[in-house]
Amino acid sequence: MPKATTGDVVSTEDQAVPTVGVTAALNEDGPAREQTVNTFELHKVNVHYGDMLAVKDVSLDIPHNQITAFIGPSGCGKSTLLRSLNRMNDLIPGARVSGDVLYHGVNMYGPKIDPVQVRTVIGMVFQKPNPFPKSIYDNVAFGPRILKMKGNLDDMVESSLRRAALWDEVKDRLKDNAFGMSGGQQQRLCIARAIAVQPDVILMDEPCSALDPVSTGKVEDLMLELKKEYTIVIVTHNMQQAARVSDLTAFFTVAAMDQTNSRTGVLVEMDETRNIFSNPKDERTANYVTGKFG
Amino acid sequence: MSDDSGYSSRVAMPMRTRTAVGGAREVTEALLSSGDRKKKVRGIIFVSILLLGLTTALLAIAAMITWAFIAGWPRLDLSLFTNVPSVVLPENAGYRTAILGTLYVIGGVILLIVPLGVGAAIYLEEFANPRNPFNRFVDLNIQNLAGVPSIVFGILGLAFIVRGPLSLGFVAAAGSLTLALLVLPTVILASREALRAVPSSIRDGSLALGATVWQAVSKQVLPAAFPGVLTGVILAVARAIGEAAPLLLVGAVTFVTFDPSFFEGGYSTLPTMIYSYAKRPQDELQTLAAAGVVVMLVLLILINSVAIYLRNRFERTW
Repeated sequence: MPKATTGDVVSTEDQAVPTVGVTAALNEDGPAREQTVNTFELHKVNVHYGDMLAVKDVSLDIPHNQITAFIGPSGCGKSTLLRSLNRMNDLIPGARVSGDVLYHGVNMYGPKIDPVQVRTVIGMVFQKPNPFPKSIYDNVAFGPRILKMKGNLDDMVESSLRRAALWDEVKDRLKDNAFGMSGGQQQRLCIARAIAVQPDVILMDEPCSALDPVSTGKVEDLMLELKKEYTIVIVTHNMQQAARVSDLTAFFTVAAMDQTNSRTGVLVEMDETRNIFSNPKDERTANYVTGKFG
Repeated sequence: MSDDSGYSSRVAMPMRTRTAVGGAREVTEALLSSGDRKKKVRGIIFVSILLLGLTTALLAIAAMITWAFIAGWPRLDLSLFTNVPSVVLPENAGYRTAILGTLYVIGGVILLIVPLGVGAAIYLEEFANPRNPFNRFVDLNIQNLAGVPSIVFGILGLAFIVRGPLSLGFVAAAGSLTLALLVLPTVILASREALRAVPSSIRDGSLALGATVWQAVSKQVLPAAFPGVLTGVILAVARAIGEAAPLLLVGAVTFVTFDPSFFEGGYSTLPTMIYSYAKRPQDELQTLAAAGVVVMLVLLILINSVAIYLRNRFERTW
């Protein structure tokens, strides 16, 4: 259950969240796994940019406190879909989402939903580390400050940096500019910044694509640690990464639409990660994960 | 083959191989060296033309500074700043009231252009939908306005500020308003440029934490763009200080012998005072005009240096 912060998004306390779709199917024949609750349920989601259909008819469930990976070739709409989960797409002129994006049963594109509130509950980490041009401390404190969160700011900064496994590296230079950190540290700072506002979900858009292998390893360890408290959705180009960290993997691909002659992303299949990589049901998935295509 | 794996003559090669290597080297040399004389000459002529343009510009500036210093030297002292204008006693005349007038007018300009110019830039860059035809129309016209001759703004000021709807009369405030309108497009364009230079990842990063667009702009984007905005404002102010033409139309033309005020009485500014002195026949006033030119030049060089310093000091590579 999400922390009851503010807004309409989290009016789900008493809602019985049905366990359906992929997770239910997995639980029947998969290994013994505790009954999962779905954080997101997507039904026939389409995303348009202007007249262009970027993502078509995606239906999938994202379970609570698990890492779900979106993989697929460039242009398959995985980042677009990720950005529709916290309404970051609203910021792109002409972007339009149709279908149901249910967050704990609440339609995120309903008339009463305020996208600004959505983003306080569903945080995001971007492809390129994007610290603010301020001190390390101010970077982490920015979220709690603008949201006027109650509590000791120093404590919030420290606990966020600790949970992002960054505290020991930066505790003596909290006042230094964040631009002086290495790329990997900057990315973990961005994760600490996202944690500081106490979200329920963290979306990660290729968080390691700008990092070296050592930093990537640290971020991946961090993800595995964070999934105890947060639902994580990660977009990645790196299949080994998906295999290493994720519990579930959704494979997307690009389909040429006959009528419009444009390229549209579609979901091929979603399953437990080890099934996607060792025993995929769809031939396209098999070709992709074995490196024959993409 | 020896362990020394460098090729060339150190390595024992059969004759045929040596010939082939030598031939290959000649071909490569021919490829990399320019054999075409015509091309070289053309290059030299082109660079000469560029240097000629640069020299002309520098010579003109040097000539002006030299002339102003030589012609104005007798009057380059403190009395230049403290004495009031006078035609009756030209040897005692000074720029006191004109300098004060410039301070008043420019003070008013700064008060007007900072909120209006930066506000307009923030709206256009951060809030307005660039696809909206109205916003595109506004955008286009701001760029056009930046190129409108300053005298046109003088006429506008005369018709709408001195007379007409505002009817302020020939006062310093009218000069401020007119100059503010004149340099506003410059401020807007420079501020937009500065805002645009802040990468969108900073906006996305703020918004993803649940910030509103206004919070992202006021707490992250604007502080990051501040040096650029400041540079734009300073350069616009430098331009406003140097303007004479529009001010001639909105009243800054008289020999004011009393310290100006903002909303009443006549006023004068440095450039218009220089103009007033320069068109008089007395030799003393000609000297005075030249001395005024020196003051203006020093002032503008100082202001522009500050702008360049700030830009270099705070320039950020993202």
